[in-house]
Amino acid sequence: MPQTAETAFTLNELMCVLAAREIKDGDVVFVGIGLPNLACNLARATHAPNMTLIYESGAVGAIPERVPPSIGDPALVTGSLMVCSMQDIFQCFLQNGKIQVGFLGGAQVDKFGNINTTVVGPYENPKVRLPGSGGASEIALHAARVLIVTKLDRRAFPEKVDFITSTGKRVKKVITNMGIMEPDAKTGELVLTALYPGVTKEQAQENLGWKLTSRDPLGAVDLPHDDEIKLLREKLDPKRLHIK
Amino acid sequence: MKDKRATMKETVASLVKDGDTVVIEGFTHLICFAAGHEIIRQGRKGLTLARLTPDLIYDQMIAAGCAKKLVFSWAGNPGIGSLHAFRRAVESKPPTLELEEYSHFGMVARLCAGSANLPFWPLRNYGGTDIPKANKLIKQVDCPFTGEKLAAVPALRPDVTIVHAQRADQSGNTQIWGLMGVQKEAAFASKKVIVVVEEIVEESVIRSDPNRTLIPGLQVDAVVCEPWGAHPSYAQGYYDRDNDFYAAWDKIARDEASLKKYLDEFVFGVRDRAGYMKRNPGLAERLKAKDLVCAGVNYGY
Repeated sequence: MPQTAETAFTLNELMCVLAAREIKDGDVVFVGIGLPNLACNLARATHAPNMTLIYESGAVGAIPERVPPSIGDPALVTGSLMVCSMQDIFQCFLQNGKIQVGFLGGAQVDKFGNINTTVVGPYENPKVRLPGSGGASEIALHAARVLIVTKLDRRAFPEKVDFITSTGKRVKKVITNMGIMEPDAKTGELVLTALYPGVTKEQAQENLGWKLTSRDPLGAVDLPHDDEIKLLREKLDPKRLHIK
Repeated sequence: MKDKRATMKETVASLVKDGDTVVIEGFTHLICFAAGHEIIRQGRKGLTLARLTPDLIYDQMIAAGCAKKLVFSWAGNPGIGSLHAFRRAVESKPPTLELEEYSHFGMVARLCAGSANLPFWPLRNYGGTDIPKANKLIKQVDCPFTGEKLAAVPALRPDVTIVHAQRADQSGNTQIWGLMGVQKEAAFASKKVIVVVEEIVEESVIRSDPNRTLIPGLQVDAVVCEPWGAHPSYAQGYYDRDNDFYAAWDKIARDEASLKKYLDEFVFGVRDRAGYMKRNPGLAERLKAKDLVCAGVNYGY
């Protein structure tokens, strides 16, 4: 991607900024660790000061001082609005429809946005045993909008996943390192809706396991603004743990 | 009130038996490594180990040969990657560890059913996923009122649950703050309960703040005081999570020989938590929590 001195940003920074912009002010967001967590912090520091971060570990309205290395980090507790049991998290909040946005990732994502975090190969005798669902399968069913942030890769985007851990029914956007995919309103199939500058449809296709269709015309990508990049580098991830 | 204090060695010897279903709960926070290590030292076999996130402690217990079966919902090293002893057991041909797998909500629901003395718990879950195909114990029920199809998971009734906590009195009235996970549900679902604490306090301390009590003494069989017993997990207000050790475990556990060397040195090579802390010089200084004390509330009337 061509970069000038002023607009030079890394792909992770771009993905982070685009993910942050998917959050609306007032949203209640069920968040994991890593890039999505950083995206939430960026959204809260910019256009969505009234968003609420909820972690499956029980922290509600957390304002972590450090980007949590784990989903149960003590910094999620300190200063948060509420700390509750996991029974409350899954029943009163998630199943009760209080969550607008859920961030998910996965080892495999298929053309309908189904996610596999369970096994590569057959379940009974797997080639690679992955961690499993955690809270992902219920987040995928109950969050109003599911966002996937991950890099395009032929192995990670097969036509059909080996195991459906989390359904793709509520996936609204897949933010990748090459462009954006969204489900087709009729078929539910993920279609390319935007490409980053300097990336071609052919390059995206090469990194995807199914025949990619594109929206015509493709949407424009509003690239990261200087203030967003500055916030990320100077305040939100100064050690560059997630935006390198 | 009955004095239920005992050493970890006595407690594990009397309450944890070969073949038991054992739950050592704690979601990231308050995972009782000290109890897991004592179970390994005493050579328990054939255990069904259940918890949401097996974490490093069950990886160690699997490596030490304690486990026959794992009941779980997320088996990884949080933020780092795989649990290698777990993976070796599951990926070997044939696998050497039985699995019974749910999602977090499914495991929470199983403990809710157990703690409420119900045979199952309904939840609106698993539609469109392969999880019920992998675990036939996840079934479907019709709501008798609306006809809605709901998922149902069976109650989990562990033989013994081990809960780490910040403090308890000598009869087991246990106070926890910070992330509570499923500590309460696991304790009430279980036939026997062991509480391991950072501090034993006077009953008057418990009575001064009863809303903080998560598990009452009437549900507790033994109280063990082992400071730092949750390391490398953490205890809010006492010590931070040892994120460096979680990262280091990836390398230790990748290789069977280095994992065995770790167990020899830090599990078999010590008698208790005090011995473990001596083997880890500088650890207490590195992880000790900073004070951030809340003002408390007025219980007057």
